Amino acid sequence: MVAVGDHQPAATKSQRPVAAAADNGHRPHHVPTAEPGADQEPAGPNPTRFSDVDEWGRSERMRRLARRLYDPVYRSWFRVEWDGLEKIPTEGGALLIGNHAGAIPQDALVIMHGIETELGRPVYGLADYFFRTVPVVGTLWSRTGGVVADPNNAYRLLREQGQLAVVFPEGSKGPSKRYDQRYQLRRFGRGGFVEIAMRAGVPIIPIAVVGSEETMPILFRIPPLGRLLRLPYCPVTANMVAMGPLGIVVPFPAKLRLRVMDPVTFDVPPDLGRYSRSKVMEAAESIRADLQETVYELLSERRSVWFG
Amino acid sequence: MSGSADRGSRRLLVTGADTFWGGRVAQAFEADPDVEVVVGIGARDPSVPLERTDFVRVSDHSYSTVQRIVSATGVDTIVHTGVMVDSTLGSSRLHDVNVIGSLNLLAAAGAPGSTVRALVVKSSGLVYGATSRDPYAFGETMTRAMPARTPVERSLLEAEALVSDFAHNNPEVTVSVLRFASVLGPDLSTPLSRNLSRRWSPSLFGYDPLLQFIEQGDVVRALIHAVRSATPGTFNVGAPGRVPLSEVAEICGTRLVPLPPWKAELVSAPFTRVGAFDLPPELVMLLRYGRGMDTKRFAETGFDYRFSSVEAIHAFARAIRLRKGAGRPAESYTYQEDLEHFLRHANSVAHRADEPSTPA
Repeated sequence: MVAVGDHQPAATKSQRPVAAAADNGHRPHHVPTAEPGADQEPAGPNPTRFSDVDEWGRSERMRRLARRLYDPVYRSWFRVEWDGLEKIPTEGGALLIGNHAGAIPQDALVIMHGIETELGRPVYGLADYFFRTVPVVGTLWSRTGGVVADPNNAYRLLREQGQLAVVFPEGSKGPSKRYDQRYQLRRFGRGGFVEIAMRAGVPIIPIAVVGSEETMPILFRIPPLGRLLRLPYCPVTANMVAMGPLGIVVPFPAKLRLRVMDPVTFDVPPDLGRYSRSKVMEAAESIRADLQETVYELLSERRSVWFG
Repeated sequence: MSGSADRGSRRLLVTGADTFWGGRVAQAFEADPDVEVVVGIGARDPSVPLERTDFVRVSDHSYSTVQRIVSATGVDTIVHTGVMVDSTLGSSRLHDVNVIGSLNLLAAAGAPGSTVRALVVKSSGLVYGATSRDPYAFGETMTRAMPARTPVERSLLEAEALVSDFAHNNPEVTVSVLRFASVLGPDLSTPLSRNLSRRWSPSLFGYDPLLQFIEQGDVVRALIHAVRSATPGTFNVGAPGRVPLSEVAEICGTRLVPLPPWKAELVSAPFTRVGAFDLPPELVMLLRYGRGMDTKRFAETGFDYRFSSVEAIHAFARAIRLRKGAGRPAESYTYQEDLEHFLRHANSVAHRADEPSTPA
């Protein structure tokens, strides 16, 4: 089983308690910063609509439900603690990135849920198109705020709509690594995340997460079974050993701690057709090195896996 | 841009004038005093009443036939609506009409001494396909994520390739290609619209794709707009907004039948065979992943949609309910060749010579 199995309180969101601002139930979920896309529907209640699914496929009703389901997990199971949350802008686009870990990576859910609860801003989770191919999961993922990690989607979200989006540059290499490789960042692919941030003219805000590795440590993988089931990876986790079939979806209650790092901006003009490869790779590598360092820093401060 | 200059008097050729699209486009230009001549060609009898259009029924769209028509009429503008998107009509017909038909038409339009200066082609968003890797919205310059495998998509891509070759070889011709979203309307039938007007409609278990629509009238208006504005290029044309299939079904009052997400065509084969629903392969993909198009570029040419996607669905649903309530309306128009010929060419018909040329 895999990053997928989770019945997705997935891309959980929230603008509940903190931003007591406007939660009148039908709040347009686009923070009205940048000019809205030309072919966007007018926000707000529409008598001709029978559902509240927006143009991205997300539904505020579904998100409220997911939030309610995931909130106890967030608060009581993982007891999430944030550090440096004020570095996340309250308006305008920004691309959040993080280290990715755990067979069913909780970091994505925790970042999305956390920022929505604490800051009242929706975060769009950019993930592999693989999610879309899975029946039910793909639909729930999309309804709760998931978007295919396509450069065009990211550009639209970040530049045209001024939203927050989160992406994990390690891709599936992060959550699929074994426990003995824990907290060692995989490579950051082709640096696409840097390029899109440059093109959209938004900062990259790295977030270091510790505890996620221990929520679902991978003992070993069975690649042939993964191929058979058409999953990106097919791990055997400590959870399965400890809890049996339940362990496929139930994570260990490790304490999750997140540290928001300083935003990284780029001194290049947005909207260029292409950006210097060397500049992109240089930025990607330096962000990766800083993130790795911050992860180690958090680990060195951590006294207990379970209590932080 | 250059279009406004030669707008004075136009000679227009509409292909597929027997279909709803071509017929309606021809109708619209008949009412336009700036249009001197409207010639319609099609393989069948026209389905809408045409006043002054010279309709020619051509059984084959062979080069010699089309070329003779084009050169004899001296048309300056061709509206190519004779492109099929309903693959349930047979894949060999698809190839004949979309590929061979376009090939011959373009060859005729590009023949030496041709008077053609503008070409508007009705294409479809089907050229983008529908896959899991698709972006949220396709822009005109994006290419599809995976190669086309269905006959209708392949034939449309081939037709578009022919058009772009034509544009390349004939720089003096203004070529516009319009890629339309899924069309809804009471007067036409596509696999999707047929499904939605039934009591039961197929879907794939676990998938609820976002669909973009365009109302039938907006399609005709868009084609006319393209002819009038004469802006070269490829344009996505789809109404604002996207609606999940479950909601579309709810509005239309049809109940979704979830088919197994894999091998849906196999399972549905008996149903499609008896006509319980339509499920061509390209529709299976659409029901899985949906499709969105970025329509900014066409909006920038000054086109406004009368209906958003949701409104188009509501309008369609009203039409379905009316049909259910009132029964199928009697065939309102039948083309009678002799009558049409008589009205246009007989000596006894009082040709009110200049009803359009009032300006004098």
